[in-house]
Amino acid sequence: MDEPLRVVVAKPGLDGHDRGAKVVARALRDAGHEVIYTGLRRSAQQIVEAVRDEDARFLGLSSLSGAHSHLFPKVCELLRVEGLNDVIVFGGGIIPEDDREALYQCKIRAIFGPGTPTSEILEFIQTSNAMDDAGVGQSSDWHWP
Amino acid sequence: MDDLIKAALEGDRRSLARTLSALENRTTNLEHILGLMGEPKPKPDHWQSLAITGAPGVGKSCLLDGLLTVWAESGLRVALLAVDPSSPRTGGALLGDRVRMTVVDHPKLKENVYLRSIATRKASGSVPLIVADMTEFLLALGWDRILIETVGAGQAEVRCAAIADRILVVEGPARGDGVQAEKAGLLELADAVIVNKCDLPGAERHADELRESYGLGLGTPPPVMLTSALNGTGIHAAADMLLGLDASGRSERARWRERLLAHHERLILESPKLDEMLERLAAGSMTLDDVIKSIGAEKSE
Repeated sequence: MDEPLRVVVAKPGLDGHDRGAKVVARALRDAGHEVIYTGLRRSAQQIVEAVRDEDARFLGLSSLSGAHSHLFPKVCELLRVEGLNDVIVFGGGIIPEDDREALYQCKIRAIFGPGTPTSEILEFIQTSNAMDDAGVGQSSDWHWP
Repeated sequence: MDDLIKAALEGDRRSLARTLSALENRTTNLEHILGLMGEPKPKPDHWQSLAITGAPGVGKSCLLDGLLTVWAESGLRVALLAVDPSSPRTGGALLGDRVRMTVVDHPKLKENVYLRSIATRKASGSVPLIVADMTEFLLALGWDRILIETVGAGQAEVRCAAIADRILVVEGPARGDGVQAEKAGLLELADAVIVNKCDLPGAERHADELRESYGLGLGTPPPVMLTSALNGTGIHAAADMLLGLDASGRSERARWRERLLAHHERLILESPKLDEMLERLAAGSMTLDDVIKSIGAEKSE
């Protein structure tokens, strides 16, 4: 049997809404993965250290505060500084269409908004896990879908 | 793999985390790792691993956050292996122990603390036995003390006795009447008991009941202390008491029984024939007796 994938689900910045993060965490759990939830209001540094110490393959970032364009790239940059280049990052929450291209440029591989079926997130996890260059510090320009 | 272990020895946290995953996924084994790490250090006089167990919701994680802060401030390097249950249905897990841990984010203390969340995966009981191997590896890396937080455990859950040098049982206030304290099980194996949430009514009475119950038994009773992880009451005293904690010595036989059972279970769970045997049992082409004999034979081959 394949070993479960380890996924950190994190809430960066000053944002107290975690229903979405919990729904994603539950869907990943029910698909047989091991989800490490950080809790609310974490700094980029704290999130990166959790990913490092927990040896996570995936990092899911959730933001509903509007600060995603500042916080998500900062997390990605710090992951690369720490040498966590093969970690695959995805995001979710309230992320306007116009902001998404810049986030894909930072090698965030998927953005899931409200109403996304959890099956789509699981499909993304499977697809990107099978790639060998979808990490946040790796060469691919691919993003979901 | 060998480069990873060398980098972990030089203090690289990511390599440490990856080596723990390799152990957990059985892509390497403890013997191989320790072989690369040179002469084992002599065992110190004090305990090196402490299991923290107790019912769900008594405040184990919050209490640990307080204890870790005190120990990290004093310069000790402490690793915490926090176990949460895997779903028996899907194999997935939600590992939530980081939520309550503030010490891992403390800028001055975080270098002295390592926290790793662990799912029980296939293991039965509140701690998977691979945690014993992870503990040995962390000690060999030079971490001073290893704490193992079990899944929230019930009265009969004593498997943690198989893997840790000492056992701390955490209780909450008003956990039933005095007869609860008399019942057999987990409390018998405790080297120390902490009644947490002493800011709530009923904590002192419960501690008294526990002391009285231990007083009726043979041997030296374990210390029973009160804390409030919420307010910080009693945390320093508990941290000091725990560092020098001696084995209660009341239950050596019971501990060896747990170790024996845990190792036997591990032989079965890690047998390459397990899946095939389960299939055959389900199909009725083998009996339980046949399977037990067959797995026993594999061990001696």
